[in-house]
Amino acid sequence: MDTKLNVLIVDDYKTMLRIIRNLLKQLEFDNVEEASDGQEALSKLRTGNFGLVISDWNMAPMTGLDLLKEVRADARLKDTPFIMITAESKTENVVAAKQAGVSNYIVKPFNAETLRGKIEKVLGHA
Amino acid sequence: MPDGNPPDQIEAAVRAVLGTLSGDLTVTEAALLGELEALGREVKRAKSEIAALSVEDINESHIPAATDELDAVVEHTATATNEILDACETLESLQSKLDEGNAQALGHAVTRIYEACSFQDITGQRIAKVVSALKAIESRVAAVTGSFGSLPAAMGKNADATEGEKLANGPQLPTNASSQADIDKLLASFD
Repeated sequence: MDTKLNVLIVDDYKTMLRIIRNLLKQLEFDNVEEASDGQEALSKLRTGNFGLVISDWNMAPMTGLDLLKEVRADARLKDTPFIMITAESKTENVVAAKQAGVSNYIVKPFNAETLRGKIEKVLGHA
Repeated sequence: MPDGNPPDQIEAAVRAVLGTLSGDLTVTEAALLGELEALGREVKRAKSEIAALSVEDINESHIPAATDELDAVVEHTATATNEILDACETLESLQSKLDEGNAQALGHAVTRIYEACSFQDITGQRIAKVVSALKAIESRVAAVTGSFGSLPAAMGKNADATEGEKLANGPQLPTNASSQADIDKLLASFD
């Protein structure tokens, strides 16, 4: 697993950004940037070079699902691994995310082992 | 039908009907009159009851106070969570000074604290849903007390909302939520 790649984490709760950043640090990912909603994330993705996106769903003004659709519609970004970490656990949400091209889906509250497993799976197939 | 709110319109209608009744009443007319009088009394009673409830307090005092309290809960739990995270980061910085076994044990303990601290995100989202419900109640109470007029349409998702916004309804209650294992099975079914 390439832990040197740049990771963008997206969540409107600063505490959750901090928790995910610290868990990623334990997994030896040191190049982590943050965004507080989909729009800010898209702007960072278009100007930066990220190898993994980890995003919440429920954010304004742009949700995680809408961010995912934008990423998959962008020729340069479309292959970027994208993990959704969200409290949205309904089947219809998972199906919508999968249809939009999500790489993996983690439901909150989650544990570090789940995060590690999903990242390894996604980057292994990236 | 005269202008005005529905209770006034009902009273006016009752008076208009009574005005058409003259001379000896038939049994049917007497029954109708009885029904109309009962209706008038019911409207008057409802108006008195609503006035006695001081429902304006709900919008002017109770709901704003409740939402302020809930906002304070979110703020205080966020502050407390960040203090816990500060302490965890300090502990992590000490890991390099410990022998391998103790450093690993400390690392595991800190990870468990990080995992537990994610409660703040979930509770924050749940409280936001409660605040949204209180605001919907506030809006409907205002409509009822303002004019007895038509209630606003039930608050729902904007028709122009994106798919992401329409599906943003979490967190689900534990009894309705899918587990990570359920979600993994669902994802695997696409492969």
